[in-house]
Amino acid sequence: MKTGAKLLIESLQREGVDTIFGYPGGSVLPIYDELYDSPLRHILVRHEQAAAHAADGYARASGRVGVCLATSGPGACNLVTGIATAYMDSVPIVALTGQVPTTMLGNDAFQESDIQGITMPVTKHNYLVKDTTDIPRVVKEAFYIAGTGRQGPVLIDLPKDVNTRSVKEPVVPEKVVLRGYNPTYKGNKRQVDKALALIAEAERPLIYAGGGVISANASPELIGFATKLGIPVTTTLMGIGCIPCDHPLNLGMLGMHGTEYANFAVTECDLLIAIGARFDDRVTGNISTFAPHAKVIHIDIDPAEIGKNKRVDVPIVGDVKSVLADMLSSLKKAGACEAWNKKIRYWKQHHPLRAAKEDGCLHPQYVLAKMSEILKGDAVIVSEVGQNQMWTAQHFCFRHPRTWITSGGLGTMGYGFPAAIGAHFARPDLPVFDVAGDGSIQMNIQEMGTVAQYNIPVKIAILNNQYLGMVRQWQELFYDRRYSYTELPPVEFVKIAQAYGIEGIKVESCEEVGPAIKASLEHDGPFVLDFRIEREENVFPMVPAGAAISEMIGGHPRS
Amino acid sequence: MKPHTLSVLVENKAGVLSRVTGLFSRRGFNIDSLAVGPCEEPDMSRITIVAIGDDAQIEQIMKQLNKLIDVIKVSDITENERVERELVMFKVTADQGETRAEIMQIATIFRAQIVDVGAKSVILQVVGDSDKIDAMEKLLRQFGIKELIRTGRIAILRGTKTVASSKE
Ligand SMILES: Cc1ncc(C[n+]2csc(CCOP(=O)(O)OP(=O)(O)O)c2C)c(N)n1
Repeated sequence: MKTGAKLLIESLQREGVDTIFGYPGGSVLPIYDELYDSPLRHILVRHEQAAAHAADGYARASGRVGVCLATSGPGACNLVTGIATAYMDSVPIVALTGQVPTTMLGNDAFQESDIQGITMPVTKHNYLVKDTTDIPRVVKEAFYIAGTGRQGPVLIDLPKDVNTRSVKEPVVPEKVVLRGYNPTYKGNKRQVDKALALIAEAERPLIYAGGGVISANASPELIGFATKLGIPVTTTLMGIGCIPCDHPLNLGMLGMHGTEYANFAVTECDLLIAIGARFDDRVTGNISTFAPHAKVIHIDIDPAEIGKNKRVDVPIVGDVKSVLADMLSSLKKAGACEAWNKKIRYWKQHHPLRAAKEDGCLHPQYVLAKMSEILKGDAVIVSEVGQNQMWTAQHFCFRHPRTWITSGGLGTMGYGFPAAIGAHFARPDLPVFDVAGDGSIQMNIQEMGTVAQYNIPVKIAILNNQYLGMVRQWQELFYDRRYSYTELPPVEFVKIAQAYGIEGIKVESCEEVGPAIKASLEHDGPFVLDFRIEREENVFPMVPAGAAISEMIGGHPRS
Repeated sequence: MKPHTLSVLVENKAGVLSRVTGLFSRRGFNIDSLAVGPCEEPDMSRITIVAIGDDAQIEQIMKQLNKLIDVIKVSDITENERVERELVMFKVTADQGETRAEIMQIATIFRAQIVDVGAKSVILQVVGDSDKIDAMEKLLRQFGIKELIRTGRIAILRGTKTVASSKE
């Protein structure tokens, strides 16, 4: 006989789980009691939202399923933003929640909330377990669903009595069988051939690579494919890292804050090869003017993404890695597209991203360039949301997949710091930085308690402009500089850090930047870098919402 | 934009209906008619949904439905030869002999059944496709319809073909 809680912990171990991020409460006491002497490592966060983001950061950095745990009612509800964040970016996590006993379900019992109902639209699937013997099967299914096909969060709601009841140990099914769930991995041969024919004919092909390339671990195949055919690659925010920043074919990010040359290339290409990307509005701008001259090949594991926003000529449903490998092996001859690449080189040369102004002031672009120079791509960089996120995406040179972690789809402020904690447990071998704004960091600043308690060496680099910078930028550009409720009074983050027992430095000039970053790296433990940057710096270039992506402001005049 | 009849085979599990209907409202689709019930397999249910949209919208909603783990199969049977039925009950005001006779006549024409007769009203039950029911409703309006209850539409393919075996 075993209790439900015991079955749960054993099921998690069977899935290879080593770390759980969680926060206790009444309904999960049986689970916590079981954790007390289990080999699983549990990290006590300071807010359940952080547990979900940490599980997400762990998953993105490692490629494995992340796990978080919260009590019923308020604990479960606090996970929701984290679950929704993971859902929008297709990140595999399993969220475990306590629930009131089955006998009280639906009675508005103390700390009851219908978390299954609440999370239906933001989970790939969710469970309310009513029978203790179901636990091993449900856990197995949950990990399978979360980690296969288009990945995503799965929630398991566990009533207290289900966890305490003892049952005869159920037989664990060997294989998961779900008749309503059979992802397609292998691309249809006919479509692959059609795609290859289009590629052979194209004069100005362009690869548009998204987060799907990272999730599928398809970076080597992507680079192999692009290099063999000489096809330039632009990536979405989520796709950054799938090809090294300084690869000659890499055009950087496209879209609202993309590079001019990437956006020009999209607008002029005659064939767009979308790989693991979903034509999000922040990428396409006005969709009717996006890639107006191009035939479109779309490769994605999720059939629902194909044709959702943009008409597609050749749809290929499948695992990006497997499809690219098939395409590579059926390639007849290598391509070159010399004239097209020459044109792109010209754009790159004449329309580069603007580096920091050299006027003696501390600019964020300088901070990121310096971080990039010091870290050389050998770090995990997590960001918050806003200008800090866009400057990092633009100016940090990423060299490896899964080293850039950011909330793309939901754009969740407060994501970065807890996600960085999760990333550390996935990649303890690499330094982990959270690039933050002074607004975002204050959304989950309580996690300083967590990093202090476990001496988690996350470095918090705050680009402190004393504004909700990105919103202020929109107000400056589109609301006549009416800064309605976007100014933040200065905060001494180093002092806050000290109160938690964490060290930090305030940085106010360019000369201090390099030494401060190095000091943070040399310090064995968490560290705060409070960069007092130029307050009204903007992120450019920028495509105003609803405009064509070729209509950027803050770029270079086009010759 | 036209009505599409979708036949959705689902796991017979708690919460499935709310997953399916939630998807429609979340993605901004209106459900015109909905019918749920057991089917030939004891552990599955069939949901018949009539939704209005253009082809691209219907294609998207079908793809999204297919993503639900508890959805086993989704078929758009709008273009197939099929039999569609719904059942309606009308409670019609009938306090005079004359009107009663007239209502009986209408019932006969539409092959409706009188399932209850009260002092001031009668209940008619009719099974048919939507056109027939709409026509009957129009005629009965003149007497005063106190209450009208319509089940959702259900549909079955003609011939030996079944929805479960048909190709999408
Ligand atoms: C939870 C949440 N609330 C509100 C927003 C809207 N929002 C987007 S960017 C931004 C400002 C971010 O300010 P800060 O963190 O200081 O970063 P900065 O833009 O200055 O780098 C806001 C409020 C959001 N993305 N997430």
